[in-house]
Amino acid sequence: MKSTVARALGIALVGLEGHIVDVQTQVGSGLVCFSIVGVSDASLREARERVRAALQSCGIVLPDRHTTVNLSPASLHKYGSGFDLAIAMSVMAANSLVRPEAMGDTVFLAELGLDGALRSVPGVLPCLAAATRLGIHRAVVPTACVSEAKLVPDMEVLACDHLAQVIGWAGGEAVRPRVVGATTPAPAVKTAPTGTGPDMWDVRGQAEARFALEVAAAGGHHLFLLGEPGSGKTMLASRLTTILPPLDHRSSLEVTAVHSVAGVLDARHGLVTQPPLQPPHHSATMPAIIGGGSGIPRPGAVSLAHGGVLLLDEAAEFQPAVLDALRQPLEQGTVTVHRSGATTRYPAAFQLVLASNPCPCGMDGARRHVCTCSSIQKRRYIARLSGPLLDRIDITVRMRQPTRADLANDSREHSATIRQRVLQARQRSARRLKDTPWRLNAHVPGSWLRERSGIDPSVMRQLDAAVDAGKLSLRGADRVLRLSWTLADLAGHTTPTLPDVGKALQLRGGTIHE
Amino acid sequence: MPLGRAGESIAAAFLEAAGLTIKDRNWRDGRRGELDLVAYDGAAGQLVFVEVRTRRGTGFGSGLEAITPEKFRQVRRVAGAWLAQHPTSLRCRIDLVGVTIPWRPGHALPPGDPTGWSDVDVSWVQGATL
Repeated sequence: MKSTVARALGIALVGLEGHIVDVQTQVGSGLVCFSIVGVSDASLREARERVRAALQSCGIVLPDRHTTVNLSPASLHKYGSGFDLAIAMSVMAANSLVRPEAMGDTVFLAELGLDGALRSVPGVLPCLAAATRLGIHRAVVPTACVSEAKLVPDMEVLACDHLAQVIGWAGGEAVRPRVVGATTPAPAVKTAPTGTGPDMWDVRGQAEARFALEVAAAGGHHLFLLGEPGSGKTMLASRLTTILPPLDHRSSLEVTAVHSVAGVLDARHGLVTQPPLQPPHHSATMPAIIGGGSGIPRPGAVSLAHGGVLLLDEAAEFQPAVLDALRQPLEQGTVTVHRSGATTRYPAAFQLVLASNPCPCGMDGARRHVCTCSSIQKRRYIARLSGPLLDRIDITVRMRQPTRADLANDSREHSATIRQRVLQARQRSARRLKDTPWRLNAHVPGSWLRERSGIDPSVMRQLDAAVDAGKLSLRGADRVLRLSWTLADLAGHTTPTLPDVGKALQLRGGTIHE
Repeated sequence: MPLGRAGESIAAAFLEAAGLTIKDRNWRDGRRGELDLVAYDGAAGQLVFVEVRTRRGTGFGSGLEAITPEKFRQVRRVAGAWLAQHPTSLRCRIDLVGVTIPWRPGHALPPGDPTGWSDVDVSWVQGATL
């Protein structure tokens, strides 16, 4: 009995890295059966049932043969339902039901419904980007994923909504089955009316904190908002992304890819160009924040915040271990997660914003209430934020509920106005740092600032005097230097002036542990 | 005549038409199982143990699909018992025959001799392995 082997191509993602998977089908002699090998993931083993049902629904009668499907390389950890279509097409080709030439240089990426409908899968963008790198320039994707697939340059995208359509394209014949019962409602198109999103205009009072936010945005500094409940910490922090400039093309691609892998991408709006905001709840676990899951790690909140802001509201309520796990991504801009299936690295260059009450009752330092916490309680509460974590935070702002006088003397601004200033400041620092590996003031190491940045020696002398007097640690002095540069960039000074340094000292605010 | 017996008659006629000689039918090894057909393939010089599966219509899959690995192993075991009683130096193989009889209302079988029935579909797998 003659045996035939056919191949179709799929893509497996390990982190953001795509690998070509060769879906081979052999039909030969032996007991009649249909088996898939080279898979370890449950959702992939179920592909057998989905593919069989989908082919039958399309009126395809497979001959009574011993059919073996192999997903090669077998050692690569594959997961998810995205191989369904490749398996179905490989089986069709092995039984000579389609023209194999059509499938030579095409990747197939879709989940199959039992009726043969193509369903969307996460990670289409990184998958296809990997395919173009590996020299494949045609892809069949579900219609639901077409806008995401079109983001990949040099890729001919064929959007299909049913297996019968794909079979027809490949030169075979198939019918669409009749489906009874419930129909899928068309997704309601959400168009947020412009001008209703959060805006800095909503924030009244808190001029100092608003300024701190602007400085944080301009220099990429991590920020700590400390204050009583109702002082507007969350409101302010969640508006940081509205004053950040849009992402550049490279980070935009990275952010879109990470969101696609996590399955949270709304591709109708194309690439993600706005910096994302991730506000995880304080009950979040280590895998939720850092990334994880069984088999192959999926991106966590730090990666979803890549290019944007990670807002830890009620920071002291997070598990201390989770907070300390932020140190690696804060330091390196990437996060490496090890699991049985693979070790993956996701980008995780985010701006950290911590918001916290000063004590368990929240009223420490409040104007109108009395704190009921004991000193021990207060110390334990704030000690949950470890020194090494706070070390990486440049700006600490103490906030209070605004008084009536604060609200009366208000000078509110729209996010767009502030964003313009932030953009100019960032352009100035980028021009100054253009021969260095850094782009934002927050990333520049202290030694470089002291020796190479061209800061006025008299300003340096003042700072050194403060260090000598024990008012400032060396690390604190570095932080003040970085902030001074950002303030100078915001004000348009060519080098930090003494008032800039004064303001920087104020913003640094002294960490609680110092 | 029950469906299985009818299928076996059809398979036997089919194999004889293909040049095989039927040597034994429905040979039982006590409770351990039964060989549907034992045949001699003169062209290949092989002794053939045949498992026949019969289906009315394909609503529950074809006859061949119904032969599971467990059934296959059972045929192999019983074939061993047959060989113990009928020593031979011939090479042996196991064939599968799926017989599909057209479905008729009321599950009735067509009248007359099974080998004369029309629209019967027979598929034959020679030398099956697990």
